[in-house]
Amino acid sequence: MLHGYTGSLLDGAWLTFQVAVCSLALALALGLAGASAKLSKLRLLRAPAVAYTTVVRGIPDLVMMLLVFYGGQMLINAATDALEWDYVEVNPFTAGVATLGFIFGAYFTETFRGAFLAVPAGQLEAGAAYGMSRWQVFRRILFPQMLRHALPGLGNNWQVMQKSTALVSIIGLSDITWLADQAGRSTHQPFLFYAVVCAFYLAMTALSALVFNALERRYSVGVRRAAA
Amino acid sequence: MTQLTVEDLHKRYGDHEVLKGISLSAEAGDVISIIGSSGSGKSTFLRCINFLEQPDAGRIAVAGEEIGLVRGRDGHLKVADAKQLQRLRTRLAMVFQHFNLWAHMTVIENVMEAPVHVLGLSKAEARERAEAYLDKVGIARLRDAYPAHMSGGQQQRVAIARALAMEPAVLLFDEPTSALDPELVGEVLKVMRALAEEGRTMVVVTHEMGFAREVSSQVMFLHQGLAEEVGAPAEVFDRPRSERLRQFLSGSLK
Repeated sequence: MLHGYTGSLLDGAWLTFQVAVCSLALALALGLAGASAKLSKLRLLRAPAVAYTTVVRGIPDLVMMLLVFYGGQMLINAATDALEWDYVEVNPFTAGVATLGFIFGAYFTETFRGAFLAVPAGQLEAGAAYGMSRWQVFRRILFPQMLRHALPGLGNNWQVMQKSTALVSIIGLSDITWLADQAGRSTHQPFLFYAVVCAFYLAMTALSALVFNALERRYSVGVRRAAA
Repeated sequence: MTQLTVEDLHKRYGDHEVLKGISLSAEAGDVISIIGSSGSGKSTFLRCINFLEQPDAGRIAVAGEEIGLVRGRDGHLKVADAKQLQRLRTRLAMVFQHFNLWAHMTVIENVMEAPVHVLGLSKAEARERAEAYLDKVGIARLRDAYPAHMSGGQQQRVAIARALAMEPAVLLFDEPTSALDPELVGEVLKVMRALAEEGRTMVVVTHEMGFAREVSSQVMFLHQGLAEEVGAPAEVFDRPRSERLRQFLSGSLK
């Protein structure tokens, strides 16, 4: 039915999935670090975090992608020339994941920051008063309750992020969008192949919505629900 | 045996000196009530004892062990060894005005949390301990409920069980009934009364004059950061020496 392109589209789907998951991991790490920095008492940590979220959230994703891929290559070339090292090529997979992770890390920073602030300070104080270390207060009290507040925002950002993975096709990654474009051109059936891509993204986002719903239930224990 | 000694505690916020040198000594079994109008510094004093607020000067010893303090570069007093503070805090269990139960844990998890993760008890030991203390405060049947589903009085009784499960040297109560609806105050005071009768050492910041008069071994009246009068409840309530205390009592005992 897909004119022999089934296998290659599956490869593309797998690559897209990998890009999405790796970018998510990077964005979560950057988001947690960014939120911690923004909430820090030290100006030295707060200032770069504010610059990060302001700049990154103000630049189009597509422009950022091109900037990291081509601009990054130029920077690396200049560096390797200066150090008289061998030529190092920016791997498009790494560039794509780095860009998406970097962009969405800024959104996650804001999501996590709000979520950290939503946990009542008295509960943290109780942890300290009962002899917990700062790490224990974070791990046992702040983090699990912060997640409840963060999950709706994270789910929303993750949804947008999955769709943004299609941008990696412009820097030469054979993701599902790029492969469908190629297949559509050679078979003169672009509609068919783009419809397959749509179905794939829809399936991936619907599935992750289910996972996020389950997580939200898991982390809402102890919350009084309004009577239906 | 002396369970808690506080000597000459000072605390200021900016130019405002909230505590101007307050001392207190609690022997085993003492119940010390701290009374005074709002803004007198009584809650701040209690919170300085376990360093939820940093005192600016003074000495504090728990069960004979003094908390090591050093002066930081900014001139503020700081705890020298965080580990020692953590250890001494486990000997000073606090009950808060707003309960501050951990909302994501059930009642029994709240009571087991610090014994397991701070004191290092096994889960089985901590569970046994938690059940015994929940039973004591009359809340054993709600052990698997979450705090949000309970009344304020029930939550505060869980918070008391959480404090007891540390088997501390001193229980610190920070206005434990002030956030409760009037009809729920009695159940919490009843539990506190029972603890006093058992001979537990307690420092209680309170507006409940009946409790202070009937249960305390000693009453301290704070006014503008100074311990204006200290003595047995009969002395303080029936023969107040200062005009301030007379005014305060005539306002509070209606």
